[in-house]
Amino acid sequence: MQQAMGLSSVDELFGVIPAEKRYPALELPSPLSEIEVRRLLADLAERNADLEHYASFLGAGSYHHFVPSVVDSVISRGEFYTAYTPYQPEVSQGTLTAIYEFQTMVCALMGMDVANASMYDGASALAEAGLMAARVTRRHKIVVASTIHPRYRQVLRTYTQGMGMEIMEAGRADDGTVDGSEVERLLDDATAALIVQHPNFLGCMEDLEPLSELAHAVGALLVVCADPIALGLFRAPGDCGADIVVGEGQCLGSPPSYGGPYVGLFACRQKYVRQMPGRLVGAATDAQGRRGFVLTMQPREQHIRREKATSNICSNEALVALAACTYLAVLGKQGLRKAAELCYHKAHYAAQGIAALPGYERLFGVFFKEFAIRTPVPAARVNELLWKRGIIGGYELAKDCPDLAECLLFCVTEMHTRAQIDRLVEALEEIGKQG
Amino acid sequence: MTVPLLFELSSPGRVGCRLPELDVPEAMLPESLLRDQLPLPELTEREVVQHFTLLSQLNYSVDTGFYPLGSCTMKYNPKMHEEVARYRGFAQIHPWQDESTVQGALRLMYELQEQLAEITGLPAISLQPVAGAHGELTGMLIIRAFHLERGEEGRNVVLVPDSAHGTNPATAAMCGYEVVTVPSDERGNIDVQELDRVADETVAGLMLTNPNTLGLFDEHILEVADILHRVGGLIYCDGANMNALLGIAKPGDLGTDVLHLNLHKTFSTPHGGGGPGGGGTAVTEDLRPFLPVPMVASRRTIGTEGESAEYYLDYERPLSIGPVSGFYGNFGVMVKAYAYLRSLGQDGLREVSENAVLNANYLLHGLKGYYDLPYDRPCLHECVFSGKAQAKLGVHTIDIAKRLIDLGFHPPTVYFPLIVDEALMIEPTETESLETLDSFVAAMRQIAEEAKTEPEQVRGAPRTTPVGRLDEVAAARKPDLKWQG
Repeated sequence: MQQAMGLSSVDELFGVIPAEKRYPALELPSPLSEIEVRRLLADLAERNADLEHYASFLGAGSYHHFVPSVVDSVISRGEFYTAYTPYQPEVSQGTLTAIYEFQTMVCALMGMDVANASMYDGASALAEAGLMAARVTRRHKIVVASTIHPRYRQVLRTYTQGMGMEIMEAGRADDGTVDGSEVERLLDDATAALIVQHPNFLGCMEDLEPLSELAHAVGALLVVCADPIALGLFRAPGDCGADIVVGEGQCLGSPPSYGGPYVGLFACRQKYVRQMPGRLVGAATDAQGRRGFVLTMQPREQHIRREKATSNICSNEALVALAACTYLAVLGKQGLRKAAELCYHKAHYAAQGIAALPGYERLFGVFFKEFAIRTPVPAARVNELLWKRGIIGGYELAKDCPDLAECLLFCVTEMHTRAQIDRLVEALEEIGKQG
Repeated sequence: MTVPLLFELSSPGRVGCRLPELDVPEAMLPESLLRDQLPLPELTEREVVQHFTLLSQLNYSVDTGFYPLGSCTMKYNPKMHEEVARYRGFAQIHPWQDESTVQGALRLMYELQEQLAEITGLPAISLQPVAGAHGELTGMLIIRAFHLERGEEGRNVVLVPDSAHGTNPATAAMCGYEVVTVPSDERGNIDVQELDRVADETVAGLMLTNPNTLGLFDEHILEVADILHRVGGLIYCDGANMNALLGIAKPGDLGTDVLHLNLHKTFSTPHGGGGPGGGGTAVTEDLRPFLPVPMVASRRTIGTEGESAEYYLDYERPLSIGPVSGFYGNFGVMVKAYAYLRSLGQDGLREVSENAVLNANYLLHGLKGYYDLPYDRPCLHECVFSGKAQAKLGVHTIDIAKRLIDLGFHPPTVYFPLIVDEALMIEPTETESLETLDSFVAAMRQIAEEAKTEPEQVRGAPRTTPVGRLDEVAAARKPDLKWQG
């Protein structure tokens, strides 16, 4: 090969690199064989307490839902996971068709007209929705509910820090939802969007319709961040006045995986589609009239529009979106509703059991699969004692909500058995008595 | 062949997955909040599997053939990585678990950071960004925060070479910067004179891709860094092309202040049809305080078994730009990158880049004389040709790309970089055999010949695919973005 090219050494190809900087020594561990790497990684993996060995009641943005075997079987096909972004449609119809189906089902869940091919995760999707609302309305102020996931609010601030935007947070009412009167006070004719989460960070269902009326009255958009599993049971945000709906799609067929890869869902009304970030797949036909799919409306995107693009996003989370697409296909109309019902009933069973214990109090109103509990013993101590019993407890709300010190946010899904819930309640009872 | 969609296959009452019966008493449902219809398809598991298997067969992929897509580094990745990322101790752990219960995960992230710091020559790194453009956003926000912390509020310009990826100017704009484009010189380097002219105290930084999108290493890289640093600007390096430099040079030694890596290109996560990726962002010591919160850190502890390292998430970062993701980044991708680095070691890494560069030059050598070569000098990991000679015959780059499909190859990146007319950007990667490269060269030469003798053969391609060329103009004019029956 080198001979054919007239090279005496590969080094000649690197002659352009300043000699004193070339071939630096790298202090890296010695190379290992496949057997050794697997052993090393198995050892690291076993140092983690996994959800198959321990019942966990953590949620707060990452969820342990059932993943049918079909999902991994589909996304493990090399034809899907070793392909690139479908820039050449004739050899990418598999990926393109699946994205079109994904877009269709995201719209169906959210009650929206258009959904994109995916964003990085729920948090970045929410931030991009804020930026999009500012473009649509040509306004610079965002009102966010303080009942939105704290990390999501922080990511919104990170994303908007260079854009000269003003972020105002509306406080919480006694029932755990955003305070409507405070929302009304903060909204004005400079407001691009009101952003709420539904169910919110504390698990509560927000009352979307009045919020949409408040937002629309000042010409702002209503952005809703929704849990797609909840949408198997509850009304679509689009039917309650939302203009942009985003969400975290990890719960649709992907494991918690220590926080990623996840997938951001992003949908909006038709009239705003040209301000949408991210990729879109559309139907097209070839010269013989055969249906196919292409990446479309690309002039919104960075590779065409450069600094005038609607976002800088390029690679998204295509394979995780394919997992979500497969999940929704295999659960289908009945399965998703059933999964949501199981979450709802089991979470309520757990909440009632815990709230009936002396010293424990459930806070707030209507909820889906997460609920806040005030504990008689410091929350961190409760979790410590639960862990001694082999249970991973709830999320400690004091981290983000100083007024909710000594409160835990528990999450219950279809993965929990009655026995696991009963064991949690019994353990909490013992912990409460020990004091 | 038109493949029916899930919705067209759907039949009322079919169920693909059985969930357990409710084993607790039913709670009262809030009737007014419930939806009355859920328009999702109804299919059996067998139908779902058949559907997606059929779809997969319509894709071209690295597992099925040569994928020389420039700037995308479509290398073959070991199958082991897929397996280890699925270990339940990695896949089935929750991001809010107590740190003491996820020490294996935190250690893996910490060690990956250390190894990537060594490779890049930049000491501090966050693995939180999940894609290249996400890393760019992180990096440019860090540059912004750095200048603001020093009270330099007048720096509102970011310089971007005309050969840059589109994500660069888009990212700078998202950070509120004005983008000023710097031209390339006749050898494909950034034009140093022009850079010197526009670099002043209003400049926050330069976004540089090196090797650039022409596959060329900038011959004046140290001078470029010097010009920027002299006016107080910083160098952002787009690490999309890092596959050329592993063990060859450290960007940190070349004046880079901030660099993002594409774990999904260079460090062995398959592209997934468009993600998930990993956009780890590495910075100099001066910029460390601004990295996203939280950071994975380590401390020594003394326990019953003596001194050992304990890993934790460091949230005490007052100057941080804030978090850029919901959690800590694409952990599953980090597991693959870690497995890759532990498999290769120093010598293995250098071989990756040597072979990637050798393969690209072999293609450059094999196609020179058949296609116009706008910058005639040895390339690094990719080479860029122009189809302008063929265009004069009425055969355009898009036609060449489609004809390659009929000959069994994925096309190169086309019409990019923008500074080359009818561009064909070819990146073979290190994992392809000599036989594959030879057959690709033969196919490209055949097409060059066909352009002269039977242009219709090229213009009418592809003929072997499930659909022919799709009418993208009509699709964009009247967008059909979801199935409506």
